[in-house]
Amino acid sequence: MQLRLEKRSQPSQLLRVVTPIAAVLLTMVLGAIVFTLLGYDGVGAVREIFISPLVNSYKWQDLAVKAAPLIIIAVGLAISYRANVWNIGAEGQYIIGAVVGTGVGLATNSMTGWWIMPLMMLAGAAGGAAYAAVPAFLRVRFRVNEILTTLMLTYVSVYVLNYLVFGPWKSPTSMGQPQTVMFSADQSLPYIIPGTIVQLNAPIAIVVALVAWLVFSRFVFGFQIRVVGAAPHAARYGGFSADRTVWLALLISGGLAGFAGVLEAMGPFGRLVPQFPTNYGFTAIIVAFLGRLHPIGVILAGLIVALSFVGGEMAQISIKLPFAAVGIFQAMMLFLLLASDLLVRYRLRVVRPGEVPA
Amino acid sequence: MSTELIIAIIITIAGAATPILLAALGELVVEKSGVLNLGVEGMMLIGAVITVAVTLTTGNHLLAVVCAALAASLSSLIFGVLTLTLSANQVATGLALTILGTGFSALFGQPYTGKDVPLLRSPFPPELATDPIWRVLFGYSPLVYFALIMVVVVWWFLQKTRAGLILRAVGENDLSAHSIGYPVIGIRYLAVAFGGAMAGIAGSCFPLFLTPQWVERLTTGRGWIALALVVFAAWRPFRLLAGAYFFGLMMIFEIYAKTNSAFRVLPSEFWAALPYLATVLVLVLISLRREGSTAAPACLGKPFVATG
Amino acid sequence: MTDMPARLALRGITKRFPGVLANDNVSFEVKPGEIHALLGENGAGKSTLVKMIYGIMQPDAGEIFWNGERVTVANPKAARKLGVGMVFQHFSLFEAMTVLENIALGMDSKIPARELESKIRDVMDQYGLKLDPQRIVADLSVGERQRIEIVRALLLNPSLLIMDEPTSVLTPQEVDQLFVVLRQLAKEGCSILYISHKLHEIKALCETATILRGGRLVDTCDPRVETSRSMAEKMIGGNLKTIQKPAGRAFGAEKLVVKRLSMAGSGHFGIPLRDISLSVRAGEIFGIAGVAGNGQNALLLALSGEEPVSDAAAITIDGQPVGDLNAKRRRLKGLASVPEERNGHAAVPDFTLSDNAVLTARDRLGLAVRGLIRPGAAKKYAGDVISTFAVKATGSEAAAGSLSGGNLQKYIMGREILQKPTVLVVSQPTWGVDAGAAAAIHQAIVDLAATGSAVVVISQDLDELLGLCDTLAVINEGRLSKSMKVSEADIDEIGLLMGGIHGETEAAHAA
Repeated sequence: MQLRLEKRSQPSQLLRVVTPIAAVLLTMVLGAIVFTLLGYDGVGAVREIFISPLVNSYKWQDLAVKAAPLIIIAVGLAISYRANVWNIGAEGQYIIGAVVGTGVGLATNSMTGWWIMPLMMLAGAAGGAAYAAVPAFLRVRFRVNEILTTLMLTYVSVYVLNYLVFGPWKSPTSMGQPQTVMFSADQSLPYIIPGTIVQLNAPIAIVVALVAWLVFSRFVFGFQIRVVGAAPHAARYGGFSADRTVWLALLISGGLAGFAGVLEAMGPFGRLVPQFPTNYGFTAIIVAFLGRLHPIGVILAGLIVALSFVGGEMAQISIKLPFAAVGIFQAMMLFLLLASDLLVRYRLRVVRPGEVPA
Repeated sequence: MSTELIIAIIITIAGAATPILLAALGELVVEKSGVLNLGVEGMMLIGAVITVAVTLTTGNHLLAVVCAALAASLSSLIFGVLTLTLSANQVATGLALTILGTGFSALFGQPYTGKDVPLLRSPFPPELATDPIWRVLFGYSPLVYFALIMVVVVWWFLQKTRAGLILRAVGENDLSAHSIGYPVIGIRYLAVAFGGAMAGIAGSCFPLFLTPQWVERLTTGRGWIALALVVFAAWRPFRLLAGAYFFGLMMIFEIYAKTNSAFRVLPSEFWAALPYLATVLVLVLISLRREGSTAAPACLGKPFVATG
Repeated sequence: MTDMPARLALRGITKRFPGVLANDNVSFEVKPGEIHALLGENGAGKSTLVKMIYGIMQPDAGEIFWNGERVTVANPKAARKLGVGMVFQHFSLFEAMTVLENIALGMDSKIPARELESKIRDVMDQYGLKLDPQRIVADLSVGERQRIEIVRALLLNPSLLIMDEPTSVLTPQEVDQLFVVLRQLAKEGCSILYISHKLHEIKALCETATILRGGRLVDTCDPRVETSRSMAEKMIGGNLKTIQKPAGRAFGAEKLVVKRLSMAGSGHFGIPLRDISLSVRAGEIFGIAGVAGNGQNALLLALSGEEPVSDAAAITIDGQPVGDLNAKRRRLKGLASVPEERNGHAAVPDFTLSDNAVLTARDRLGLAVRGLIRPGAAKKYAGDVISTFAVKATGSEAAAGSLSGGNLQKYIMGREILQKPTVLVVSQPTWGVDAGAAAAIHQAIVDLAATGSAVVVISQDLDELLGLCDTLAVINEGRLSKSMKVSEADIDEIGLLMGGIHGETEAAHAA
């Protein structure tokens, strides 16, 4: 008996939805085994990371806090990856978004008015988009691979942040601490559920995903992104410009990453500090794939990955599991999802020996 | 500048260039076979953490490097199974490998944080390296010499051996290679495993002579620079050598910026960011040359599915 | 001769693919020194069959005998060891490498470069083939590339040489040269399995013909005594449909005019277009003949608007300059096009048929309004195309990639034709399409022209153009010949034009 792969005449829509769920479940099983073998409490790790935050309702707000930036960034990445534009430097655009937004914040710190907050948000999105415009320009004009440029600029962005918070932007009242001044009340995201830490960025994330979904499914623009990614020659034949699509994909994904960055600065952080980069930009790559590059899928995937963060923090305290374990769980989810992709396109068939004479 | 300083600089450059050179040589072979493995950074981290663990436990440097190569190679086979057997997207899978390597090394390295790793010094008798001039020849860690030898070996393999010809053929046109009767997938597995081993040894360089302690993410993007270097070198081993030493030069500015007042005209963060900015610049320059875009193996990054 | 075992004998070979029975219980023999044709239309299972003989695929059932002994051909290496050589239809060459490296890759053991070179020279002298071993394959013509494959096969002293559609890329003169080599080989005792669907070639060359249809063997005959028509009917399984052309056709005003169109070649080895001029009138079908790789792709891209040119006046539709417009804008002016490659160019395989309708018909037919797609209208249009052109598909929501080549091509042609274009440009309209679909597509082109549209057909299949077109021109190395009336055309002259000056010098070399 032998297994054979047969190409499906068309990709299975059902499996496209089922496989990410299966990947998460399989990660839990495999994770328990691997961490037991590594000498940790494997079953406990899976319980703490994937179950505990769900059953403890006071942790739900943490989920919302962590999921919001992941979803906003991942929606942008989903658009970009659909177009076959590999922006993997969302982390850098996220940082620069926060930096530019903070720049506006510092300039308006002593002012009051309703307009300050939207202005900072706009500046953040513009900053992220502008930072992604560099790889877009280099790709369109010089055919430079965007994977490498977006990533290199991420490393650069960290130094930009450090330079500013250690230097010109250091708060005079920080007693030598590398940090900017606190944002004023007019510069901080409001709490939307009283008594919790859930801020305005959570509903914004949902709105961003829903708008993206609408654009993807009903607008020619979404169609353009899908065609350029799936078949560049067909896109040109249909009259879509590949270069324009590269620009749009990078500006949108960069803009959303920058937007997420400024929201994070105006929300949970309240100021810019050297610890601001928290790898949301990289983790969002996993979220985008786990969500099947679909905006609604991204919401669910964002919650699951946020779950692993919140659970990881809990496991650190309760069973002394190093936080780095979370990264392994996330990588496993991505690996298993990519592996399962095959089943969407191919069918496994059991071939009995009699059918294949050697 | 004194001779002493110049020699010290040369030795620092060689040290900084070596991990990039090793990783890039491995990736060059992988890409020549038509596979794009973006997991170099992750594999380097795995190699680095294994080196720390084995060196601290056994004190045997050679064993540590071998284990690092094996572990990274093993991790590259996860990539191999996904992309070659299951024909998953190579870009996404490579990213996943980097995420895995980052997570694994952070977890595995935790018990060793803050412990000094004994350096792997020059294999030559110290008397040879007392004179500054001789030190230029004999004052390096063995991995520096190993990287130089591997440049020649990889060049010789690709250009002068039949196996190298077949490997290039597989990267050039997988369907043709398959129809002539070469095992495309098998050859690519070997290339990926070799690339993993080289990335693992590249990772060894960090604890053994660059930063003799375990620090999370201590490779700081060198794996990605190695990937850029392969493009820069137009898939040629000797150009890779030149490129790696150029990047080594870019990297030492940060070190000298801390002590030398001449660098103070610009913030130290600028000098630290210089290698990354230089990478972007170099990628632009290479694209201006017509050759840059066409030297790539024709099947690079495209999955191969055999029919029948 | 009768007591001598057959060089190759197949018994009950069966090969199944998902949803298709590619070969069903096929049995035949090839005698030593025989030139044996394997005949069948596209999709009849010829290529699958020879892939099994050459060990690229394994049969699901059946036996292969070699000189009377049962053998298993595990892989191409095993096939070469037996003495089977193969020249592929889509060459198995490595573009960026030299001729010598390409040949070395075809050898099963390492031969020192110098020794290999002298062996190559011996073979070339023996058969009058001309090649420079140090040149890079990408710089060679298609005919030269085929020679590499032939030399590579001959170096192994094969006793059976398989040629898969060898002439589809050659000029008539190159075909003659090839036949000389094949006859010489046969005389020396090498059997040749010659795969083709070109009947006149088979009549000229082969002693026996095995005809496949739908994966089954329908007949084994002597092509020298059969008529082309009788073999064609066996191949297609029914009566040949002839194209219904309305008699006494007159052409209207000039619809598409191209004046001195030049374009740089795209990519490293792309063919540039040089000073192309042509004019197509309402109701006229204009054919462009030529050997593959002479600028047909570039011409299609230039005409369709996928590669706009800076000189707007170089291309006009109804007198309006469109040269600088992209494909979308040219469509609005009434120019539709169908490129040669169906999957990934004319259609997106992963998209549904209605999404594929949106791809080219969204503006002309209002399938998208103000940036918003109208799924209902797209579905309806896709359904119209499916029913009007008898496309076999599960509906407008079927993925394009799930259709057979012929059905997808009918869908694509229908999608463009139902938009009622003023000008239609198609490349290789029946490439890899079964005879039924090909006839339907030809008829649709003729019918469109009858309504007053101008049609340009680019094809490598000269027979197709001669049957379909009113006017013909030949493209060679990016230059287009003067146009001639098909009714007055001379095949020899067309052949010479297809070869260009290039072909003549080569003929001189070979002689």
